[in-house]
Amino acid sequence: MRPDSRNGSGERGSRCRRGRASRRRRRLAARYTLLTIGALVVLAPLYLTFVSSLLPPSALAERPPPLFPLDPQWHDYVIAWTQGDLGVYLRNSAIQTGIIVCGQLVTSVLAGYAFAFLRFPFKRALFVVFLATLMIPFEVTLVTNTQTISELGWYNTFAGLTVPFLATGVGTFLLRQAFLQIPRDLREAATLDGYGRLRFLLRIALPLARPALAALGVFSFLAAWNQYLWPLVVTGSGNGVRTVQIGLKLLQGTEVSRTDVALAGTVIAVLPLLVLLVVFQKQLVRSLTAGAVK
Amino acid sequence: MSRGRESPPARTRRSRAVREAALGYLLVLPALAVFGVFVFYPFAENFRLALYQTPPYPGLPSRYVGLHQVGQVLASSGFLQSLGSTLLFVVMVVPAGLLIGLLLAVAAHRRLRAMAVYRVIFSSTVVTSVAVSALVFGTLMDPVVGLLPWLGLNPSPPILQNTTWALPAIAVMSVWQFLGLSFVVMSAGLSAVPEEVLEAARVDGASERTVFWRVTVPLLSPTIFFGLVVATIYAFQTFGQVDILIGYSSAAFEHVNLLVYDILNTIEVAKTSGQAAVLSLALFLLTLGVTLLQLRLVERRVHYAA
Repeated sequence: MRPDSRNGSGERGSRCRRGRASRRRRRLAARYTLLTIGALVVLAPLYLTFVSSLLPPSALAERPPPLFPLDPQWHDYVIAWTQGDLGVYLRNSAIQTGIIVCGQLVTSVLAGYAFAFLRFPFKRALFVVFLATLMIPFEVTLVTNTQTISELGWYNTFAGLTVPFLATGVGTFLLRQAFLQIPRDLREAATLDGYGRLRFLLRIALPLARPALAALGVFSFLAAWNQYLWPLVVTGSGNGVRTVQIGLKLLQGTEVSRTDVALAGTVIAVLPLLVLLVVFQKQLVRSLTAGAVK
Repeated sequence: MSRGRESPPARTRRSRAVREAALGYLLVLPALAVFGVFVFYPFAENFRLALYQTPPYPGLPSRYVGLHQVGQVLASSGFLQSLGSTLLFVVMVVPAGLLIGLLLAVAAHRRLRAMAVYRVIFSSTVVTSVAVSALVFGTLMDPVVGLLPWLGLNPSPPILQNTTWALPAIAVMSVWQFLGLSFVVMSAGLSAVPEEVLEAARVDGASERTVFWRVTVPLLSPTIFFGLVVATIYAFQTFGQVDILIGYSSAAFEHVNLLVYDILNTIEVAKTSGQAAVLSLALFLLTLGVTLLQLRLVERRVHYAA
């Protein structure tokens, strides 16, 4: 017989509770430890880049690496912006991304509307055709697309950068689903009130589809801004429509080959997207996980 | 009146249907035109180009060689090495990225203080581009200004020129870059798992590890499966890391010549579009094959909660 077996049930209960509480506290501590280690590992590369970009060149090779820039040097940013042409590249990226985002929203809304509300022959077959585009990676079409662009005289133009991306199967699908969720009653009420198709689209369908529009907008912004392969293939030097991602490669490679300047350029290039992440986290998550959870 | 027999309402109904159909085609047309010119036409053109050999000098007509070229490219040592590196790369990046993303998502799942901050941090690499990641890691791995020598890792030749270590180095960078997406997808999957189920398992005395492997992972299997397919397809398309950090002048190039890089090299440097078309079709079949294989193998074992 164990000595404490005669104890009252109340005391045993409280000891048990105390044990559970301390175990819970240990678990909580373990969880925060894991989270913090994870956060440090994930953040370290970008943080070290940021710190290094502010160090004087002589301090770059200091070991252990300085964790805080005591004497921040902003002139690398000035060099990256002017000699590295980062200002021009950023402008080009903004134009390219703007065209692609607007284009994808417009074509997806139009096609999504047609697939959701209109009746026409071969509608199902055409919808399958739209979805089939998802099975063909862009890289597979590279051989002929580069030829098409040069035959159209679009090499090194915004048209060449953007036109191949002005439509999206996923976007059309997203908008179609959002439109289909609009209650039938609402459509009939709108018709009774004398709403034409355009007024119904602008006043009712688009406002109700705002979450889908936001998700598509944020996603296509992210994808367009971060494009690397296509801008590399269809742009060159000369009258310059090169985007910031290509600018980064050049910063590291030939033009201004200095590590600290390249790092400053990296920070400039990633900053707009970090802002996007913090401001539009909800929309971004929704767009990235469309399809992940059934 | 040619259709005198029809009643006026029937006629207006029909003309309305015609107008509706016309509008439908009109609205679909812009997207369809883009897809036609920049997706379906170039895709189909691969099949034709694959049968023709690019002439040795520009200006000469290309020669029809049939399937000869297809066999030649697919059996070439260059392609086999590229394929091997690509598959190895997928094996190094996809499981690690998914598992770490899942662990972070599980750890950050509870409603606790400061969780929002952790979530933003964990999802942050979703917005870092290939070029940004490559520059960041290129600096960290630099033999002079990088951190690796200081950490005692200083292989010779330097890691990115090293035939053994260049591919794993690129893979580490890619895992980091993939963590954000992995975390976001896994978190979304987790939030769909009913908390009561996990709590019930804990009340029954299951340890956290048992809960994770026996309850969370099976319930999350649709999400993990989705992540697996998407991540594998992304990994097949890897290009920027190789272009920025390795390049075809590197000593390690042959060991890091991933498929898409090989395609671009064949287009731009070798300028043999026929061979590039064969490689493109190989990439397509690989993507398609993995998708179908995973659908068959994994779908059967995936647990879909009712």
